[in-house]
Formats: sequence, C-alpha cells, structure tokens
Amino acid sequence: MGKTLAEKIFDSHIADKPFEGTYVLKLDAVFCHEITTPIAINDLVSRGMDRVFDPSKIKAVIDHVTPAKDSKTAEQGKIMREWARRHNIKDFFDVGKNGVCHALFPEQGFVRPGYTIIMGDSHTCTHGAFGAFAAGVGTTDLEVGILKGVCSFKYPSTIKFVLKGKLQKGVYAKDAILYVISQIGVNGATDKVMEFTGEIVDEMSMESRMTLCNMAIEAGGTSGVCYPDMKTVEYLWPFIQKDFKSKEDALAEYSKWKSDSDAKFEKVIEYDLSKLEPMATFGNKPDQVKTVKEMEGTKVDQIYIGSCTNGRIEDLRIAADILKGNTISPNVRGIVSPATPKIFKQAMDEGILSVFHDAGFVVTNPTCGACLGMSNGVLAEGEVCASTTNRNFYGRMGKGGTVHLMSPASAAATAIAGYITNSKLFAGK
Amino acid sequence: MKNFKGKVLFLNRSDINTDEIIPAKYLTEITKEALKPFTLEDLKLDTFNPKTDLSGKAAIITRANFGCGSSREHAPWALEVNGINAVIAENFARIFRQNMYNCGMLAIELPKDKIEYLFGKYSGKETEIDIDVNSGSFIITSGGASEKISFEIDGFSKALVEAEGWVGYADKKY
Repeated sequence: MGKTLAEKIFDSHIADKPFEGTYVLKLDAVFCHEITTPIAINDLVSRGMDRVFDPSKIKAVIDHVTPAKDSKTAEQGKIMREWARRHNIKDFFDVGKNGVCHALFPEQGFVRPGYTIIMGDSHTCTHGAFGAFAAGVGTTDLEVGILKGVCSFKYPSTIKFVLKGKLQKGVYAKDAILYVISQIGVNGATDKVMEFTGEIVDEMSMESRMTLCNMAIEAGGTSGVCYPDMKTVEYLWPFIQKDFKSKEDALAEYSKWKSDSDAKFEKVIEYDLSKLEPMATFGNKPDQVKTVKEMEGTKVDQIYIGSCTNGRIEDLRIAADILKGNTISPNVRGIVSPATPKIFKQAMDEGILSVFHDAGFVVTNPTCGACLGMSNGVLAEGEVCASTTNRNFYGRMGKGGTVHLMSPASAAATAIAGYITNSKLFAGK
Repeated sequence: MKNFKGKVLFLNRSDINTDEIIPAKYLTEITKEALKPFTLEDLKLDTFNPKTDLSGKAAIITRANFGCGSSREHAPWALEVNGINAVIAENFARIFRQNMYNCGMLAIELPKDKIEYLFGKYSGKETEIDIDVNSGSFIITSGGASEKISFEIDGFSKALVEAEGWVGYADKKY
C-alpha cells in the first residue's frame, strides 16, 4: 500500500506513538511571532523551564503589530527580543528586517520539502506549498515545541484536489482557492490535509502555491500541500546549492515527497477551472463566495493589498499593472503593505511603489496589522473593505466592519472604481 | 483535573470562530485573566448577550465547527477564566480542540442527532451538567429530571485532561 505525502512525512518524524492514532512528531522548525509566543515564554520562565530545544531550529519575528503601536505591543516585542538574545536565536527578525511570517520565512529559505513545522499561527499551512507538513498550533503546542522540539498530531488523512485546465487571464490562485472553499465549506477539510495537484498547480509559481495553501485552514484543513518540482528547487536554490551538485540532483532528492500512485486518500476531488472567473466573498464566512461579476457595484470604503495570502512581489506586480496611470476613487482609501523588506525593496526598485503612491495608495511597512484589525488600517463600524487577505469574519478588520476577500487584481480594479468590479485583465465571459 | 460541573450555555450556531470568542485586538494582553470581560463580545448570535448570559456557566453546548479560524489559544483561555472548562459540539476546528485538551479542558464531540436532541430538550431552560471523564459520560439535569449521555474520548485526550495539559505531560515524557 502506497502512502500520501503527509503520511510519508509523519512516518519519517516519529518521536513517540503514545496512543493508537496519536503521533508525536520531531519538528524540523518552530516558527514564532510576538502575539502567541510571549505567553509561552512567560509560562516557561514561571515553570523554571526557560530553555529551547535547538536555537538553530527556532525562527522568530515581530510581525503582527510593528513598529509597536502602544505599551502593550511594545512589551510583547520586548519579551521576544530578550528571549531571542538570551537563547542565541540567530534568526530573529525585528524592525527593519521583519515581515509577515509566512512570506518572510520561505523567502529566508527556512522551509524544505519533507519538513515538519509548527507555528502559533493558523496560516502556517502556507508552507505546505514546498511539500512540507506545516500546521498552525496554539500557544501550549508552541511552548512544548520550543522546549522539546515535538508536537502531537493525529495520523493524517488527505483530501486530494486535482485542479484541471488552465486559468483564464485575470484569474489567479486566490480565485481558485476561494472557489475550492466555496465548494467544500469552512468545515469541509477539518482534520484533513488538503493536497493540491493538477496542471493548474503545476503551472503556478511558488508564490501562487503559497496563496493556495495559505487558505487551507479556511476550509478547516490541517495543512495544504503541493508536490515539490523544479519550481520548488529554483526557489530554494540559493539556500540548497551547497547541498547538491545540480538542480536535477535536488529535484531527484525532493521528488520522494509526493504521494504514491496507490496511496489511499479520504477523497479525490477534481475541478476543471478553465472557466473560473474572479471570485470574491460576501457575508462573514470564507465559503460565502460569488463571482466578482455578481458582486459588481458593491461599494467599499477601503482597499487593502497585503498579508500572508497576497502580499508577495507577484501580487504587487499584478496590482500595479492595473493601477498604473490611474488614480483610486476619491471615495476610498487604499493601503498596500509589501509583505517583507525584500519585497518592499524589489517593489521600490521596479517602480511599483511609485505606481501605488501615484494612484493614491499609502504604502506601509511589512506587517500583518490590518488583516486582523490590530493596526495600520482598522475599519470603523459599518465600513467595508475589499481585501486580499484570508478572513471575512464579522469584525475581523475592525468591530462592525465588513470584509470582501478577493485577488490583488480585483482589489486594484475595485480601488479605481470605488466599488467591486473586475480588473481589465479579465476579459472572460 | 479541572471542574466539569455546572450550568450550561447553549450557543445555537455553527462555525463560531475564534475571532468571535475573543477579538484580535485583545491579543496584546499577556495574562489570561485580562481576557475575561471581552469573551464572546463579537459573537454574531441574536439570542446571546455576553453581559448577562455568560456569567456562572461551566460548559457550552453548540453546533458544528466550533473554534474555527485563528489558532489563538486565547479562545480557550477566555472561556477558562469565565469558569467554562468544557465545550460539547458536533465537531471542532482541529487547532481549537487540541488547544482545549492541551489546557486540560474538554472538547467533546457528539453525533449531530444527539446535539439536535440536546438543543431540542434543554436549550432555553436552566440546565446543569456533570461530566465524568473516566466513564466517558455526563449527567444532564433540568427541572429536576436527569439523564446520562455517553461520549467518546481518545486515550491521548484523556491523558491530557488527567495531566491538566500538554506541558506537564510532555515534560515528564520527552
């Protein structure tokens, strides 16, 4: 009997099987940010167990509220900073070097095919784009991960999604994942690994695959995963070239991290997305999705382009392509947050930041802030935001505010119009 | 073990997310107790008033996919500091369920028809529950009448409840 990708990763990382079906896995990396980690640190200190299992495997960033907005967030940053120093955690990213964790850590080469990764953040599933098992956890799992380098999971069953066809021009990974979630529901993959395959995924860049895997959690998925291929190798090459003679050798090694042809899946679901249109959410759940055409004319107050879902260079390029030579509607405010300093610099060098500036957007530093209503773009009661983020929960971006999730292309077009509308790049019927 | 006995709060909705249980703006707090007054303040449920309905409760009975969304353990903590150590639902988001057991709390899953039955018979009435983890059952009482309902709990989850959480368990074992 063959194995799924997730089963292969589990079977190669067993620290313990304390009970039938419960696997305690050895972790290759523990990622930390300043919202969920300080309480873990304080608890370890109070228990007299202020240790880390391996400082080289712990990666830490201040990203949710940065630079600090008040005394409480300053304190959270301080706890992280001092902890990283006293444990010699070299990969710690502070103001000037910091960015949205799920964009920053892959960019730094911290994710490899076959890895086990946890973080106290639900969108950790993003890193499955590299063929890793990466899962969001709470503070207690994070705490034990920091201390012992292990985490418990139930043995995973996998739903395989085969995305067939070719996406139309102006249709992106974000539209594809919103469609998938709308089909299976917010509870449709709870406790399952969502494996994304098919020619549409093969065609996607690593950035797009990260967008796809990022929203697995919005269907309840433990992790989203894609199979490693030459695109994965190319992305990782600066970090792995010392380990392999050639890219082909790297690909041969990484190719073991895919499901066997006779693996047993919970379900296999095929979608032909050739006719998929740009999609957007309505309501307060990520499975409440319509076409942008159906949402046409919905007035918005704010546009937000950024986040771990769609704040990467590819996203900014697409949005800038639409914004170039245009100004945003006087009835809206536009906010763009390049997800990392590297992306910020690239966007600056390519003239993309000027396009955003000239169109009337404010360009903020890399941070998660607006996505969860913590800083840098909080909505007022009754306001509406067209957003490239991942959650349209009630009050998510500010108490009493409404969020419509969409792609960067649709968000840019909406910014110009002042209401939800398709981008000029989409000509499909 | 924590206390699993007391009054029940019924929340008649599926997909209650962790932003609703505790909004992100309170995640800058670094003590659990500070979350107490803000618990469930953004819950979108017309029949629920956090100012009057939360006080004195020990358990929640709700529908499907409770605790979806963010991984914040602040959600179980917010319940815990309000005296609620158990949630009974059709199913839970994985991270929330694990967070509950990691804190030595209970996230009990019952089949849909049993949840339906509990809502039909007890919702809207003063109801008490007494959960026995060892026997895998609870006594539910309202208006002087009681009944016993059993549930399944896996060995690992039970061990975490007995150890009052994952840190204590893992420190001994790994």
